[in-house]
Amino acid sequence: MESCPSIKNILLLDSEGNRVAVKYYSDEWPNNSAKEAFEKSLFTKTQKTNARTEAEIAMFESHIIVYKFVQDLHFFVTGAENENELILVTVLQGFFDAVGLLLRGTVDKKEALENLDLILLCLDEIVDGGNAVGTLLPTDEFVPYVKVFRLGWKLSIIILETDANVIAGKVASHNIDAAAPLSEQTISQALATAREHLARSLLK
Amino acid sequence: MAQPLVKKDDDRDDEADYSPFLGIEKGAVLQEARVFNDPQLDPRRCSQVITKLLYLLNQGETFTKVEATEVFFAVTKLFQSKDIGLRRMVYVMIKELSPSADEVIIVTSSLMKDMTSKTDMYRANAIRVLCRITDGTLLTQIERYLKQAIVDKNPVVASAALVSGIHLLQTNPEIVKRWSNEVQEAVQSRAALVQFHALALLHQIRQNDRLAVNKLVSSLTKGSVRSPLAQCLLIRYTSQVIRESANNNQAGDRPFYDFLEGCLRHKAEMVIFEAARAITELNGVTSRELTPAITVLQLFLSSSKPVLRFAAVRTLNKVAMTHPMAVTNCNIDMESLISDQNRSIATLAITTLLKTGNESSVDRLMKQITNFMSDIADEFKIVVVEAIRSLCLKFPLKHRSLMNFLSNILREEGGFEYKKAIVDSIVILIRDIPEAKESGLLHLCEFIEDCEFTYLSTQILHFLGIEGPKTSDPSKYIRYIYNRVHLENATVRAGAVSTLAKFGAMVDTLKPRVFVLLRRCLFDNDDEVRDRATLYINTLGGDGAVVETGEDVKEFLFGSLDIPLVNLENSLKNYEPSEESFDINSVPKEVKTQPLAEKKAPGKKPTGLGASPAGPPSTVDAYEKLLSSIPEFANFGKLFKSSAPVELTEAETEYAVNVVKHIFDGHVVFQYNCTNTIPEQLLENVTVIVDASEAEEFAEVASKPLRSLPYDSPGQTFVAFEKPEGVPAVGKFSNMLRFIVKEVDPSTGEAEDDGVEDEYQLEELEVVAADYMLKVGVSNFRNAWETMDADCERVDEYGLGPRESLAEAVNAVINLLGMQPCEGTEVVPNNSRSHTCLLSGVYIGNVKVLVRLQFGLDGPKDVAMKLAVRSEDEAVSDAIHEIVASG
Repeated sequence: MESCPSIKNILLLDSEGNRVAVKYYSDEWPNNSAKEAFEKSLFTKTQKTNARTEAEIAMFESHIIVYKFVQDLHFFVTGAENENELILVTVLQGFFDAVGLLLRGTVDKKEALENLDLILLCLDEIVDGGNAVGTLLPTDEFVPYVKVFRLGWKLSIIILETDANVIAGKVASHNIDAAAPLSEQTISQALATAREHLARSLLK
Repeated sequence: MAQPLVKKDDDRDDEADYSPFLGIEKGAVLQEARVFNDPQLDPRRCSQVITKLLYLLNQGETFTKVEATEVFFAVTKLFQSKDIGLRRMVYVMIKELSPSADEVIIVTSSLMKDMTSKTDMYRANAIRVLCRITDGTLLTQIERYLKQAIVDKNPVVASAALVSGIHLLQTNPEIVKRWSNEVQEAVQSRAALVQFHALALLHQIRQNDRLAVNKLVSSLTKGSVRSPLAQCLLIRYTSQVIRESANNNQAGDRPFYDFLEGCLRHKAEMVIFEAARAITELNGVTSRELTPAITVLQLFLSSSKPVLRFAAVRTLNKVAMTHPMAVTNCNIDMESLISDQNRSIATLAITTLLKTGNESSVDRLMKQITNFMSDIADEFKIVVVEAIRSLCLKFPLKHRSLMNFLSNILREEGGFEYKKAIVDSIVILIRDIPEAKESGLLHLCEFIEDCEFTYLSTQILHFLGIEGPKTSDPSKYIRYIYNRVHLENATVRAGAVSTLAKFGAMVDTLKPRVFVLLRRCLFDNDDEVRDRATLYINTLGGDGAVVETGEDVKEFLFGSLDIPLVNLENSLKNYEPSEESFDINSVPKEVKTQPLAEKKAPGKKPTGLGASPAGPPSTVDAYEKLLSSIPEFANFGKLFKSSAPVELTEAETEYAVNVVKHIFDGHVVFQYNCTNTIPEQLLENVTVIVDASEAEEFAEVASKPLRSLPYDSPGQTFVAFEKPEGVPAVGKFSNMLRFIVKEVDPSTGEAEDDGVEDEYQLEELEVVAADYMLKVGVSNFRNAWETMDADCERVDEYGLGPRESLAEAVNAVINLLGMQPCEGTEVVPNNSRSHTCLLSGVYIGNVKVLVRLQFGLDGPKDVAMKLAVRSEDEAVSDAIHEIVASG
């Protein structure tokens, strides 16, 4: 039954169209190159639009796409052609705002990559189902993902949560180490990154 | 040495490009994943490694089975850590790894422990993961926990269980169906999303039970649904119920319409829009029902949010196709959207306006469109062009400005599809609006002066050849055409030569000039061009004298062929050079029905220049050749008709068999196409045993077994029956496939010597009246009908009883008769209550038959039909009536 609102993918790209984090919920794009091609053309098509204050919308290869940009990050949600546009935009807004909350207002590519775990958890909390892009080379029994496709079932996709506060709350509560208070943790995190950065530059 | 390195670090660009994943490499990360095995786990470090692995997957990296298994086993070690954040990442990682059945066992106990944990987050996520990766066997063990979780007071846990239920329903429906009571309780939950998930699951459990869905909808539409998403779902289910109940309900108040209308006042825009859209999509919606929906959509049009404007204008655009009047109220808001920043919105607004606008607003609209055409994409331009075409057909008086617009955009930059759409539109306008002809042709002439698409150039030249000579001053086109002979590639030059010749043949005064031009073409460096020029010069009168061109020459060169080109092509391919010359009359005239997509626009004139796309190549000739090569069937005479293959087995069975019925005057041959889908088997001596006890007029005369049927290479076996000559005998045949099976060693491909005899039951097959009818179209039904003797007309009326829809009834009768629908009359417009359908065909014995069917709705669903038949033989007319009466 296709009457459940369906999301085909959620994409977070940078200002050059490269992936930061993506999640696909539809088998329409059979492999990574098909997905990359889709992302590239989507990015090129929407790049010049101004989607910074209000979410924008486009029809593209018979999908409906809603998107919103901030700094060097581009957020996209793709849905079926006949999907209720306002449901799609609710999902987009939920994702967008949750990321904003989790990154404490500094929403840009650098921050997003440094907190990629939070972004991935965030995606996990928004829609249930789907896979990251990378493939596990198919052998006989990949349960259930491969099995489901082999039997011709549609992997059921369902929106889990759209309220940004709830999403961010769920993600953050998991991440806060009970032992280390929040402020302390960020400092230690900052130190860790700094150390890593330094080590890397020395290695060059 | 270190100097440049430090400098590089200070570089600002480098700083901006900094990424924690710079230079990340799969091999290194897999190495790093060894920390999962440390006795003293460092949660933060482990989290980082998992993030890196997920990052790689996200970038499209491929993991081999061995690598994935290794990571999976390492990850399972992490259940030892009590760190909540790390556990959360472990859950995500396991889902991404999609472990195989034997691997799942490793984590099952850990996940089951988490499922009963006191921490809600553990419970929720463990349920989601476990239900993702488990198979049915484990499910019975955890069912009890899942049922509890559905009614858990923590909404996160309840949602997780419900969502998992939705996934599991596809693999283990019988188990999930037992949860109905709990799910029903969850529908009443205070938490919005729980309600949404519960409703989705409940509906999926019941979706095959119409009554239960009906009950669900009627109880929930009374209120109590709080979540906007759940409300949207409910609206969808409601429209589904309305759609289905429309079949048995008497006209009158639509059930649940009040609910939909009430949703238009909901506080969430998502729900308002869903309801408005549902109302506009109701079957046979009345304007009174539409009004409130249009009103809210109109409000959305002036919203500050692009998504709202887009949603509204897209829906209104669809409404405008069927109810243009209902949308006219929004015209003012629509016009302001033409300048919308979002080009999708602007295009939708324009095309809506073109559909709803009146004659007086056309000029103003055209001006606005001209400004905006340059900055939209080709695909939108095509939409606009199509809208303008239909507008022009609606207001023929405005053809001048619309034609000008089309010719202007034709001159601008654009891709092939876009240009083709414009050219097609101009051609249609030329055909339908006589006043537009001359200016339209000149526009096309100017276009080919500078056209980069060979396809379009040749099509236009061909069209000029047909229309040009009929204009008041044909001579003015000659220059354009002859220019092509100078300046173009060989294909276009050849096309131009043919067009010139057409002018010469049709317009006698132009003939001397055309001769001069054609003679110049004799020196062209392309064979085809020279050949054409020579042919035309000779057939048109050669010596240059002004002579009347013979009628039959004209007919031969420029008349339309009355046989489908595909069939001609096939016949020519099959023709083997011999003493006997090719006979064009032997080409079958049966028309393959065009793909449905071609018939989207009912009642419209032919679609532009491009001849209808060639259907799949005709197989009739191939059959004829095949059958005549079999000595047993050689004396059956001429093949009258071959049916389309009828499947005799279900898809994906061991042996796939379908049958083609070949009808001869006094015989019927069944051709069984068999495919062996088992690699380990070789079938030999394959025959079909046919029981014709339910087909009294048939007697088996011959059969031709198939000697061997290896894996995956189809073969045929035949059975022939005799039947009374020229009589459309009908009957039922049951079939049994009989063969000898031999085992094949898959590695060597060699078959064993000994085989076992075996049988395989096939489905029944029927010879029906439609098998004796050839689909042969006529170009002008009315003419054909008038020329047929009215004495042989038989008229009668039939009641077809309750039918799903008028269209369904029309289709059923067409299929019953097996005739060719003419003039697109097989398409029934939505919501019409009566319909006329024209059919033509050739009945066995080569009797032409024409049928006029008039359908009408009698009461809500009862269909009545008046059948008028004319044919060359009154007995055949009666036979047609018999087919319908007994069908």
